[in-house]
Amino acid sequence: MLDQLKKTEAPATFTGNRGLELEEPLLFDIGRDDATGVDIDEPAPFASRLGGLERKEPVALPGLSEPETMRHYVRLSRKNYSIDGGIYPLGSCTMKHNPRLNEKMARLEGFADIHPLQPQSTVQGALEVMEQLTHWLLTLTNMHALALSPKAGAHGESCGLMAIKSAIAARGEAATRKTVLVPQSAHGTNPASAALLGFELRTIPAGADGIVHAEAVEPLVGPDVAAIMLTNPNTCGLFERDIAKIAKMVRDAGGYFYCDGANFNAIAGVARPGDFGVDAMHINLHKTFSTPHGGGGPGAGPVALSARLAPFAPAPLLIRERDGLRLKEDVEGTQGFGRITAFHGQMGMFVRALAYMLAHGADGVAQASRDAVLSANYVRVKLRDMMSAPFGDRPCMHEVLFDDAWLNGSGVTTLDFAKAMIDEGYHPMTIYFPLVAHGAMLIEPTESESKASLDLFIATLRNLGERALQGDEAAFHAAPLHAPRRRLDETLAARKPVLRCTQGAA
Amino acid sequence: MRYHPLTNADRSEMRRAIGVADIAELFADMPGGVVENFDLPRGKSEIEVERHLERLAAKNLPASQAPFFVGAGAYRHHVPASVDHLIQRSEFLTSYTPYQPEISQGTLQYLFEFQTQVALLTGMEIANASMYDGSTGCAEAMLMAHRVIKRRKALLSGGLHPHYIDVARTVARLAGDDVVSLAPDVTAAEDLIARIDDSLSCVIVQTPDFFGNLRDLRAIAEACHRHGALLIAVFTEAVSLGLLTSPGAMGADIVVGEGQSIGNSLNFGGPYVGLFATRQEFLRQMPGRLCGATVDTEDRRGYVLTLSTREQHIRRDKATSNICTNSGLCALAFSIHMTLLGGTGLSRLARVNHANAVALKDMLAQVKGVDVLNNSFFNEFTLKVKGDAAALVERLAARGVLAGVPVSRLLPNAGLDDLLLIASTEMNTDEDRATLVAELKGAL
Repeated sequence: MLDQLKKTEAPATFTGNRGLELEEPLLFDIGRDDATGVDIDEPAPFASRLGGLERKEPVALPGLSEPETMRHYVRLSRKNYSIDGGIYPLGSCTMKHNPRLNEKMARLEGFADIHPLQPQSTVQGALEVMEQLTHWLLTLTNMHALALSPKAGAHGESCGLMAIKSAIAARGEAATRKTVLVPQSAHGTNPASAALLGFELRTIPAGADGIVHAEAVEPLVGPDVAAIMLTNPNTCGLFERDIAKIAKMVRDAGGYFYCDGANFNAIAGVARPGDFGVDAMHINLHKTFSTPHGGGGPGAGPVALSARLAPFAPAPLLIRERDGLRLKEDVEGTQGFGRITAFHGQMGMFVRALAYMLAHGADGVAQASRDAVLSANYVRVKLRDMMSAPFGDRPCMHEVLFDDAWLNGSGVTTLDFAKAMIDEGYHPMTIYFPLVAHGAMLIEPTESESKASLDLFIATLRNLGERALQGDEAAFHAAPLHAPRRRLDETLAARKPVLRCTQGAA
Repeated sequence: MRYHPLTNADRSEMRRAIGVADIAELFADMPGGVVENFDLPRGKSEIEVERHLERLAAKNLPASQAPFFVGAGAYRHHVPASVDHLIQRSEFLTSYTPYQPEISQGTLQYLFEFQTQVALLTGMEIANASMYDGSTGCAEAMLMAHRVIKRRKALLSGGLHPHYIDVARTVARLAGDDVVSLAPDVTAAEDLIARIDDSLSCVIVQTPDFFGNLRDLRAIAEACHRHGALLIAVFTEAVSLGLLTSPGAMGADIVVGEGQSIGNSLNFGGPYVGLFATRQEFLRQMPGRLCGATVDTEDRRGYVLTLSTREQHIRRDKATSNICTNSGLCALAFSIHMTLLGGTGLSRLARVNHANAVALKDMLAQVKGVDVLNNSFFNEFTLKVKGDAAALVERLAARGVLAGVPVSRLLPNAGLDDLLLIASTEMNTDEDRATLVAELKGAL
């Protein structure tokens, strides 16, 4: 009887659900205009002071009762992969463990329920959090000043480049010094940030070994160069070993060195960017210091500045005075370049990042970097005989880059391979980035994986690789079969954009 | 260290597999070698971290411990317990940007629903998946108008939040664009229409404005359109949209604002969530992440991030913006709270806010030495007091009352030292109002 049942293919179900795999309709299909999950009493009659601007029609937004709301979002949540549920080896994204202690601390009433504009005498503890975070980040980077307010990495890039542009203007070179050097392997945000500020881009060719060579930069440096933007370790997972030389070259020629700190997690507590001649570097608190990614934000990207850029830092400025801390909320009387966001930055993320650093200590931060690098290299040596590396067999930092040369002739693409990983219960690595590697697969295991987890991950990739090379092409094209959805038509989505429900036709 | 699963035995086994005797060999490329002995403390246990941070938190005066009337761009509203519970689900909290849509449908579907909610709330056709906050969204809206209209000059109302003005001015100055920002406009008396001409790409107007006044945007929208410019409508109090004619219905071309009021705590200023909506025709010039509906290979409906050809990771220096995250979890909190409220609940919440503000205004009208300057308002208004408002606020804070925001804090040296912004939400009780009025009388 059991044998017979084993052979039975699962038939389609009436609901479309399969056990714990549940379909969930759109809010707009299940909500009702008069349903609500919040009990609010109608106020007693009063004379409104809306100056005739009262809304004539009701707000046509569907509501749900509290139990329906819980069910809707719990069911949606179950269609997501998460770091809590499994290894999330997205290179360049740093999906490490998010300690729940940090969530608890950020929710302390003394942090979560204070207003950015209540008197500063009533928020001295919050300002101390900012001061301590600043101390930690400046010590770890050996830099001079910290701009806390950038809301994310790209916002930090804007902030750093604004400081650079202001410093150049202060020297009277605004009209002539307009070029920013960016390597081919850079994050797309680097050229985008520079272009938005009116800089002209010049691309630094990548070396055959995946790093930027001082000799390649030298001919590009001149009196027109405002800055160079380098990611270090770079997006190929390699340390830019010419960094100090390149920094000196650019600085000697009157330019500034912007370091994209997205990969600071490889070297935090082990090396100090300030020692390499960095003038500005954003620090993604949501990467290195583990504030949760939250499905795509909120992030936080404070910018560490060198002594020569520090005077140009934006408002607000945190100042220690005799009777306590003060936030100076404008740039009056300074050379600061202005303001880049309302209020003071991502306080909720500052608390989480500080909790992370306090828990780790300097020793723990260094251990995290060492383990991240160790784990990436372990994955590298266990896969190198099967997969191909674009820049040869050499040690990497916190992430290991493969390309698709090893799949040549198999009919399986990087995308197919990634989708097959989904069926095995894994979130794929970063694919097709960086652009300098053909069919790139960038794996960042982080320090949060046990050796058993790494071993199973490696064994799975080896098994998939063997199947790909043995001609199991069709299965790869069909993948994923076991996710909440099969492959989605992204071309259709872009060609005929449907960006919202149309009422009644949702 | 409790967050690190590798044991020393694991580490040495892994080093052996890699073929290095010492981990330092993997850091050999670093100029100067490995740095040791940072002057920083050693790691702490969970108990010690809690003690450390609880001590700092205790030095602050949270809103719950004081009659609280502080607004000016961030508002204290009630957040239902289910909201904060749901956003802490592992699958929402610890997932990344939904780059692999087949295993990210949870995030993608709520973004699709969020976009719809924002579009309906603002009276616009489309909305994006959120910006960092209202102020950065406002600057992005200005840059978008420059791209759409192909002019590079913006006119900013004197009723716009001063921080929003500062952010827009900073971006414009450094990008080489023109900005005209009008003087602080306490009573909504400025004549914007007279300043609109063919050189402008956009006019940016906030309602309810920084001083609490409600603004009719219709004539301004018409004037903008006569001159080929866009009207950008800004709000900092999203709850107001439950009671007021939507900016879309008044002719706005881009609506941008702060969504913190719905679902998100004060958090000392961040993280918040920027709402951004516009007309369908401007879709391709819109900044930020977008989620769209599509189908999978079995023709089942699903969602993906789309139109990324506008974005930095594809377009690099030709991108519409350098933004590469949204404010995902805050957008989720907004969306859940909005779902709990529904249109009916939102309108009622907005009426309670307005009623409380009206009640407070009527009480303050009886106090000698203060004047409410607004003809119209939603849940915040400007009070003219005798003497220095900042000093008054400090005196009241010392007595345990958080009375509001002195205008001079955001507009120093503007001759507005006697103005105080007072906000009143559903969180305020009759007792709060009575305490404020009594303490004000005592302090004046």
